[in-house]
Amino acid sequence: MWIDPHETGLFLGQCAQYCGTQHAKMLLRVYVQSPDEFQRWVHEQQQSPQPGLSAGERVFESTACVNCHTVSGTPANGKFGPDLTHLMSRDTIAAGAAPNTPETLRLWIKNPDAIKPGSKMPNMGLSDQDLDAVTAYLETLR
Amino acid sequence: MSTHTIALTDLPTTRPLTLRLHEWVTTVDHKRLGILYILYALSFLALGGIEATIMRLQLIRPHNDFVSPEVFNRMFTMHGTTMIFFVAMPLVFGFANYLVPLMIGARDMAFPRLNAFSFWMSALGGLFLYFSFFGGNGLYGAGSAPDVGWFAYAPLTAKTFSIGHSTDFWTLSLLSSGIGSIGTAINIIATIMCLRCPGMTLGKMPLLVWLNLVMAGLVILAVSPLSAAQLMLVVDRYLGGHFFDTQAGGSAVIWMHFFWIFGHPEVYVLVLPAFAFASEIIPVFSRKAIFGYPVMVLATVAIGFIGMSVWAHHMFTIGMSAGANTFFVLSTMAIAVPTGIKIFNWLATMWGGKIRYATPMLFCVAFLFQFLVAGLTGVTLAVAPLDWQLGNSYYVVAHFHYVIVGGILFCIFAAFYYWFPKMSGKMYDEALGTLHVWLFFIGFHLTFDFMHIPGILGMPRRIYTYEPGRGWDIWNLIVTVGVAFQAAGILVFAGNLVWSYLRGKTAGNDPWDAWTLEWSTSSPPQEYNYAVIPTVRSRRPLWDLKHPEDPDWRYE
Repeated sequence: MWIDPHETGLFLGQCAQYCGTQHAKMLLRVYVQSPDEFQRWVHEQQQSPQPGLSAGERVFESTACVNCHTVSGTPANGKFGPDLTHLMSRDTIAAGAAPNTPETLRLWIKNPDAIKPGSKMPNMGLSDQDLDAVTAYLETLR
Repeated sequence: MSTHTIALTDLPTTRPLTLRLHEWVTTVDHKRLGILYILYALSFLALGGIEATIMRLQLIRPHNDFVSPEVFNRMFTMHGTTMIFFVAMPLVFGFANYLVPLMIGARDMAFPRLNAFSFWMSALGGLFLYFSFFGGNGLYGAGSAPDVGWFAYAPLTAKTFSIGHSTDFWTLSLLSSGIGSIGTAINIIATIMCLRCPGMTLGKMPLLVWLNLVMAGLVILAVSPLSAAQLMLVVDRYLGGHFFDTQAGGSAVIWMHFFWIFGHPEVYVLVLPAFAFASEIIPVFSRKAIFGYPVMVLATVAIGFIGMSVWAHHMFTIGMSAGANTFFVLSTMAIAVPTGIKIFNWLATMWGGKIRYATPMLFCVAFLFQFLVAGLTGVTLAVAPLDWQLGNSYYVVAHFHYVIVGGILFCIFAAFYYWFPKMSGKMYDEALGTLHVWLFFIGFHLTFDFMHIPGILGMPRRIYTYEPGRGWDIWNLIVTVGVAFQAAGILVFAGNLVWSYLRGKTAGNDPWDAWTLEWSTSSPPQEYNYAVIPTVRSRRPLWDLKHPEDPDWRYE
């Protein structure tokens, strides 16, 4: 696909072909940046996070999270879900269904259907303590 | 003649209800089957209308939670499937069944038993579809009614994504009604080809008969691939086939081709009979013969041919080759030519005529303008680059509802009022009829004019909710308000039919001073239609009868 943008800024889009229950919440955000800004973004995306040993990372890597998600430089290399290596560089989560804040992130992990009904991400049934830990870990993925 | 009619209409009321019901269930009379088709379609119209209302209530404001996403998805699937297959098609077939034999001076359809079989197969299809609400729950949590959309694209219909039996009920329903449709189409063609009365050459048939002939041909060509695709889907779902499974070497695009090579000609299957009603009603209420009969016939046949070659304009956004895109852009635009010819001919028929604005004519005049707008937005969507922007948006939804409601349904309402006196023997109430026109006219325009705007602003179809602040809110509110007017119009319509049937004035054989053969027999016609098979010499046999000093056959 080739797009020839004339001005920088944020452009909203949305899934146009009915794709299942979650169809209404499959939103698109296209950021048009100047070449310099874009190069900076590419450079940031190429960095790998420092492997840590936080409690949250242990929970993340010892549950099925890693079957679907990738965090580069760690054992998590699933391909079905979004790459979370630079999760915090995004404004929204769940394909635009919610803003990327610690509260919504925690709710999303706890019960994806509360934010996007029909989402294929399962509720992993984590304890409150583990939820807090995983959320805190994800908050470090910049 | 009149004493004979009274005896016939009085007779059934003295018989027990079970006997009368038995007569209706076992009938092979084309008029009774026509009325069965129509009543059956009206009951599904109520269901489809309720489904539409539920959707509009959900979309009245952003982040509404009137129904769950799952219910919303079932509603739009059921609404589309119901309105096309179990409202529009049976209405079209009902009127064709009732009118074609009468208009060509025949005593019944060519194959009366096939006719009954076809009706009951179609009826079974509707029952299958709605039984899914109870039987679709094949597994715990599998949902009930189909939720794959009325065109049911792969891979949503695959076993993986559509568990339980909802999609299977959808398939069964379309297969069953498809068999009925093909049976009726064969019957209509055979009837027109073989049972025309003496003197009625092809060039002297009423336009309604011509249009239904082309419609029946299109049904055979269009419904067959749909039925084939349904069988392929069953093979995919239950016998390990991979026709539509991309990951196993199948093609999801093949389903689109199969569906739309049915789906687009289907538009013409529905619109040609609507044109047929307009072509009979406009001349009678303008007191002039139809303008340009041979060109009207040619335009009809042209629509039939070109209509078979435009289907992939539904698929511009899937990335076809430039050559394919160009072909379908041009063929789609070409179909505006014969359609435009028709609109000009109807206007020319009215031009200089002595127009009577009774309810059927009011509906036809509204149809002319609305169908013109629908055609023009159709041409904008035929432009592939614009379609990439507008495809699957509410602009498309507004466009095809303009065609189906503003064009087809308005003509069907006109037909109801025009032939109600013939079918029931009673006159409808003109004041209620006019009220129906205006309520429906206002409701239609509130809903479907304003629906174009959120589409242009980027609102996709089939979403159960939307974010505030996109500029869509006010338009969705107006669109939903229009539904109330349309619903009121439908209630007035139903009330008028029931009240007039029970209490209306006797209509007489020919209340409109019309010219086609059905008005020469009693209202309602006897089972055998004509005691003596009529002989015709022109396209307006009753004009010749009423004006022996200036008959049409001198000029045709």
